[in-house]
Amino acid sequence: MKDFAGKTLSWTLADSVVELALHHEPCNEIGSSTLQEFERFVEALDAAGEKVSALIIYSTLKSGFSAGADLRELYSRSQQVTAEERAKHLRDFLERIHRVLNSIDAAPLTTIAAVHGVTFGGGFELALACDLIVADKMARFCFPELRLGLIPGFGGIPRLKRDLGNAVVRDLLLTGRSINAARAHAVGLVAQLAAEGETLRAARSAAAQLKKFDRKTAATAKQFIKPVPYDELRREIDLFCELFERPAVAEGLRKFVESTDVQPYLP
Amino acid sequence: MRTSEQTLDEILDLAAKHFKVPREQLSPDDDFFKKLGIDSLQTLEILTRLEHHFGVELPDYELQGVSDFRTLAERIQARL
Repeated sequence: MKDFAGKTLSWTLADSVVELALHHEPCNEIGSSTLQEFERFVEALDAAGEKVSALIIYSTLKSGFSAGADLRELYSRSQQVTAEERAKHLRDFLERIHRVLNSIDAAPLTTIAAVHGVTFGGGFELALACDLIVADKMARFCFPELRLGLIPGFGGIPRLKRDLGNAVVRDLLLTGRSINAARAHAVGLVAQLAAEGETLRAARSAAAQLKKFDRKTAATAKQFIKPVPYDELRREIDLFCELFERPAVAEGLRKFVESTDVQPYLP
Repeated sequence: MRTSEQTLDEILDLAAKHFKVPREQLSPDDDFFKKLGIDSLQTLEILTRLEHHFGVELPDYELQGVSDFRTLAERIQARL
C-alpha cells in the first residue's frame, strides 16, 4: 500500500499500521472531494490485504475530527439542478459513502477512530464505523440532523443502535444535543479516553498491542462481535432520500448555510 | 453545594484563565461572545470545560440565546 497525500486526506503505512489523516479545512466536512479520496483509500486498503493489521483514522485539524457532511456543497448543488436530478445525485452520493463506510466497518483488520473536538453528524458516523473510538477528553459528539429536518444519512442510526441502548440513541437523535467524551465513554460509545492532545498516541499504543495477536483470529472475532447491519443501512438511505425532498429541508439547509450566528449548531 | 454567586465567580475565573483576559475586566452581565470574541468552535470548547469543571451535563439547547455570564451561571446552577 503506497503512501498517499491528497487534498482532503492522506495515509501512510508503517509496520502494518495504516494511519489515515483527515486535513480538509475548516473541519473535515465530507463532500464530493473527500468522498473521492475515501474511495481511493478503501480500494488501496482492500488491495493491501494482510499487509495491514490496524487502521487509525484521525484529524490533523485543531477544530476536531469532522463536522460531518459538507452542507454548503449539498445545498448549493441541490439549488442548481432539477428535483429529479437532485434526488438521483443525492442517492448516488449516499450509496457511495455507504460503500466506503461499510468497507471500513467490515474490514478484516482492527480500526480505531482517534477523535478530538467536533465529532458531529457524518464525522460521528465515520467514527461509528470503526471498531474502537479513542477520544480526547475535549471531544464532543452530536447528531444535529433533525435540526435540518433530516436524519443521519451516513449509516449513523443503525450503527448507533448496534452499539448503544435505545434510550441513549433516542436522546442523541431526538434532542440533537451534543455530549462530551466523558458521557460518551460512560454510555459505552467511547472505548478509551485520552488527555487533551494525546488521542493519537493512545490510538497508536492500542494498535501496537492488537497487532501482537493472530490476524485471522482477530478478524474472526470482529466478524462475530460486530455484524454490519446492511438491511437497516439500506433503509436509512431510503428514509433520508424521502425526507430530503421536503421543502422544510431546503429551508433548514439555507438557514444553516447563510447563518452568521456564532452558535449555528444550536437549534 | 455551591451558591449561585460561587458558580458565577467560578465561571468568570475560568473564562479569564482560558481566554487570558484580566479577571477584573469581566462582569456578570457582559456579553461573552462580544467580550471574549468567541466563535462557534470555542463555544463548544468552553461548554465542555464548564461541564468538566462543574461535573454536570449542559444540553446545548438550554444555552440557546444565553450570552451573559449571569444567565449561564443560572443554567449551570439548575443542573448542580
